[in-house]
Amino acid sequence: MTNSDINRLKDKAFQVFGVFCTFIGLVVLGIFLIDIIIEGVQRLNWDFLVNLPSRRASRAGILTAWVGTLWILVLTTIIAFPLGVAAGVYLEEYGKKNKMANFLEINIANLAGVPSIIYGLLGLEIFVRQMRLGGSLLAGALTLSLLILPIIIVTTREAIKAVPRSIRDGSFALGASKWQTVWHQVLPASFGGILTGIILALSRAVGEAAPLIVIGALAYVPFTPSTPLDEFTVLPIQIFNWTSRPQEAFLTNAAAAIIVLLVITFLLNGIAVYLRNKQQRKVRW
Amino acid sequence: MKVSEKIIEGLLWLSAAITILVTVGIIWVLLSESISFFQEVSLVEFLTEKEWTPLFADKKFGIMPLVAGTLLTTFVAIAVALPIGLTIAVYLNEYAHARMKQVVKPLLEVLATIPTVVYGFFALTVVTPFLQQLIPNLAGFNALSAGIVMGIMIIPMISSLSEDAISAVPRSLREAAYGMGSTRLQTSFGVMVPAASSGIVVSVILAISRAVGETMIVAIAAGQQPRLTLNPLVPIETITTYIVQVSMGDVPQGSLEYKTIFAAGITLFVFTFALNNLSFWIKKKYQEKYD
Repeated sequence: MTNSDINRLKDKAFQVFGVFCTFIGLVVLGIFLIDIIIEGVQRLNWDFLVNLPSRRASRAGILTAWVGTLWILVLTTIIAFPLGVAAGVYLEEYGKKNKMANFLEINIANLAGVPSIIYGLLGLEIFVRQMRLGGSLLAGALTLSLLILPIIIVTTREAIKAVPRSIRDGSFALGASKWQTVWHQVLPASFGGILTGIILALSRAVGEAAPLIVIGALAYVPFTPSTPLDEFTVLPIQIFNWTSRPQEAFLTNAAAAIIVLLVITFLLNGIAVYLRNKQQRKVRW
Repeated sequence: MKVSEKIIEGLLWLSAAITILVTVGIIWVLLSESISFFQEVSLVEFLTEKEWTPLFADKKFGIMPLVAGTLLTTFVAIAVALPIGLTIAVYLNEYAHARMKQVVKPLLEVLATIPTVVYGFFALTVVTPFLQQLIPNLAGFNALSAGIVMGIMIIPMISSLSEDAISAVPRSLREAAYGMGSTRLQTSFGVMVPAASSGIVVSVILAISRAVGETMIVAIAAGQQPRLTLNPLVPIETITTYIVQVSMGDVPQGSLEYKTIFAAGITLFVFTFALNNLSFWIKKKYQEKYD
């Protein structure tokens, strides 16, 4: 064999290895999903969704967990959405390109890299102790809002950046003020992108367990919360709790709860991807 | 009119300024509780003691076992994610058809959207029993399966950031390599990967930072036994798991045990902060090399 034959052989070998690597992650993902579904689907029925938690695995349900997750989703959206979009608008439309803007940018990138459990420690000290909210839904939602704020800000900025200069110039030329231009032109034009970012951020928040455990969300809550100041649990914490128990029956419960959590996560991601594709098709500047 | 414009601008500015408050808040919270911790435990003991037993009667406060556990799981995760992630990046760039790339990339991203508690369940109930068939003396909780699963989770992070870096290399470099008769493999690893090395290094640093701060996978599958070891087959405890362990229990506020989670937290924060800023610095320094 000549040198060039050997090189060609190596090239082919790497191609095979490349296919292998590309699909191993997907294959593992597939095995995993099938394993979860086989283990959990037998347990997944109406009673499981509407039963309160119980010490007996066969009677335990996830009502408090998914209601808690919904509460957290809604409250986090209410807090993080206006805050993140406002910050993104400021940085993109108002902020001047100076040292301060540069510092804000590095700061936000840094916040995006802070582990979620550190946000839990922040929430524990500020919201739970200083503001005396205790391990409540509000404390949890505030903590998760700070966690996803960098994601919302970054995606908002990108969506706004994609709106062409000419739209703003046109608006200014008609005598609109800066805010009128932002409110009536820039935000509607970039809304699809902003919405995509927010949904992705929420899908991240839905899966978080660590920061909520740190602020004192409980694994066992006897009733569904009815106000933002009530104690709560969420699906990931319920899954963590069941996974930590030695009995097989609780693992089955965990698998069933995972199916519910994955359905919520994939649904949110699906909506985000759908919105993004729709936006990309529609907008031709 | 003028006034309302100013008020709106002020409100928007305030929203942006909150991000600075968050950073200040994190540093203040971690520092203030840690300082009161270090008034009771010396920094020397914290850094040199080889045992971490704050919840036992005989209390020892050496952070090393937790750091070792964290680095061990991180090392396993990167050992899995780097070769696979980089190979995927090269393969998608030089070998795969554009159509395949379009299909595979979003599918890989699915790996990054799955909640980490779900990965933990997978590590404990599928990966560990499977590995126990191959390695009989593997403990039920261990750094190995937690690390492997974490590695699978961060594959898309390395593959997609590295792929971006490789596709940002100017066409002329690639074509020059092909023009000299290189194979795709030689072009990839002789020209493209070295040219994209800063971007690839950044992706790996960010992946390390992510693995260091990862909580639920290790809390579920790696154990809760602080141990100064490099053996991935036995139960260990990471910094993040310790914080979760204390948070789940009934530790009175203001007690020394309570303060330990902030001392552990600031250690974690220092690691991730340093890694993140190192990646920004590399990115900034090497970004415009080819422009």
